[in-house]
Amino acid sequence: MTELQNTRQEAQNPVQAHSGHITEKKPKATRDAYGETLLELGKRRPDIVALDADLSGSTKTAKFAREFPDRFFNMGVAEQDMIGTAAGLALTGKVPFASTFAVFETGRAWDQIRLAVCYSNTNVKLVATHGGITVGEDGASHQALEDIALMRALPNMMVIVPADASETASAISAVADHKGPVYVRLGRAKVPYVMPDDYTFTPGKAFVFHIGKDVTIIAAGIMVDIAQKAAEILAGEGIDAGVVNMSTIKPLDEETLLRVAETSGLIVTAEEHSVIGGLGGSVCEFLSENHPVTVRRIGVRDTFGCSGSPGDLLKRYGLTAGDIVETVKNSI
Amino acid sequence: MGVMTEGKITDINELKRIAKNVRINILHMLTLAGSGHTGGSLSAADVAVAIYFSRMKFNPGDPSWEERDRFVLSKGHAAPLIYAIMAEAGYFREDTIETLRKTGSPLQGHPCSALLPGIEISTGSLGQGLSVANGMALGLRLDGNPARVYCIMGDGEVQEGQVWEAAMTAAHYKIDNICAVVDNNGLQIDGPVEKVMGIEPLHDKWAAFGWHVMDIDGHNMQEILDALGEAETVKGRPSIIIANTTKGKGVSFFENKVEYHGVAPTREEFDRAVKEIHND
Ligand SMILES: Cc1ncc(C[n+]2csc(CCOP(=O)(O)OP(=O)(O)O)c2C)c(N)n1
Ligand SMILES: [Mg+2]
Repeated sequence: MTELQNTRQEAQNPVQAHSGHITEKKPKATRDAYGETLLELGKRRPDIVALDADLSGSTKTAKFAREFPDRFFNMGVAEQDMIGTAAGLALTGKVPFASTFAVFETGRAWDQIRLAVCYSNTNVKLVATHGGITVGEDGASHQALEDIALMRALPNMMVIVPADASETASAISAVADHKGPVYVRLGRAKVPYVMPDDYTFTPGKAFVFHIGKDVTIIAAGIMVDIAQKAAEILAGEGIDAGVVNMSTIKPLDEETLLRVAETSGLIVTAEEHSVIGGLGGSVCEFLSENHPVTVRRIGVRDTFGCSGSPGDLLKRYGLTAGDIVETVKNSI
Repeated sequence: MGVMTEGKITDINELKRIAKNVRINILHMLTLAGSGHTGGSLSAADVAVAIYFSRMKFNPGDPSWEERDRFVLSKGHAAPLIYAIMAEAGYFREDTIETLRKTGSPLQGHPCSALLPGIEISTGSLGQGLSVANGMALGLRLDGNPARVYCIMGDGEVQEGQVWEAAMTAAHYKIDNICAVVDNNGLQIDGPVEKVMGIEPLHDKWAAFGWHVMDIDGHNMQEILDALGEAETVKGRPSIIIANTTKGKGVSFFENKVEYHGVAPTREEFDRAVKEIHND
């Protein structure tokens, strides 16, 4: 497996000067943190159940399955049925976590999510792995680049994209306590730790590393790390660039966004998703109505992905720190 | 009217009387609404009345009572049927049915669980209800709750792939606290089911998927009661009743008419229909 860390030449110092302390740890995939956290939650909470659609080894729900076979339901390759069954379990007071790859979770079962989860407001937790282009070699059929847009459009749905393994653990615990539908998007590849040790995820609350006088990069998922690298490079060139981790994409942290827009003349959004309908779309929608500033969107530009190593693909689709730096310099 | 937690009705004539009342209320609300699904509401009326009033435990005063049996109207377009039953059972005042499909009404065109307590899950996109019913049945089993789950589907609806995913699930997980029903009225929107997209041999399909299958006349109250009773005795696998029915049942000029799938009666048709139902 290719690790993102190895593919980023710019990666020099993963520790952000303006954030709290981060213990040096080896990069870890957010899906691994999910599997561990779900297992821990399962031990404490008998109401938690898990479902998967024949990908439990990859989504890491297998850990929970081994420990709690009676509370785990493998639904086979049947995502629509998985979502409906999860809704039914939620209706009897269970807290179901339903997992598969992001493409299948959100695309194949969208109508089921819309009706049986969101419209019915059932307490279903959709935790999908393999979001984004860094799925890598499996190619476009498996790279969800539209999942955030699909989930964000649904009333009652909360959308969370954690930046690293520690934020994932914290977010999964918060999600288990939250009442109502949630979509959590996780990745396949290992990602460096970016969040301070003492950070805890709060739904709807962005984490501000720094608000830049010249520009602030609003990022989510693996792009938070990449945005920080870009900010360091920009700092070296005398440009004050801030970074915000907008891990809850819905509901958007409007207060923080306004604060950023009031200080930074330029906002750059960065996401491992289509520039249509995801984080960039949300930020543009909100700011254009409430505090118009120039926004540039870093993301996949209305195209499908392709096979390749995660690192190569980030370059090919313009998602590197260098791409962010260039966009900033061209827009300032 | 009354709290249906115990003392279930087993008297056939009483159930028939309720079914007549339910049919009249279905037509009444559809006529006032001026739109909605007549044929499929009428065809499933006898089975649904039998399920609610002869078998199910529920408490209209406490719709989320944990020990209640659950009902899923997977063919959500038959919403008038479930509303008429809920009015009969006392979930809301009978005149609420006059608000069907009107702005702000809890009686949406298709059932909405968020707006109407007593509706377990919102439906209207066909093919989804059996999965939800399975999930409820599994959850009840985990809790050691003896409540049962009922789910009514249309015969056109079973063309949806998800129905067969759910069929596999129920058998795989040996869900025996569920009783599904196919309202086998032979018609869907574009014509006869067998012409649009054949589903036969339906019995064999469900049997092959591991279900206990019962074929009945879905308008014969005794046969319905017998099948519902039999379903409760089947252990280790799910049960399904293929209820052979007539679309538009009870009103001669609606019966077997594909046009009356999604058309409400006119005032004049309503008056004639009520007379027919009374004289039956
Ligand atoms: C997923 C989905 N596709 C299409 C429709 C539109 N639709 C409503 S009723 C119906 C026909 C259903 O036929 P059947 O299940 O036989 O119902 P019944 O005859 O009992 O009314 C269709 C296609 C829908 N509600 N949901
Ligand atoms: Mg039909």
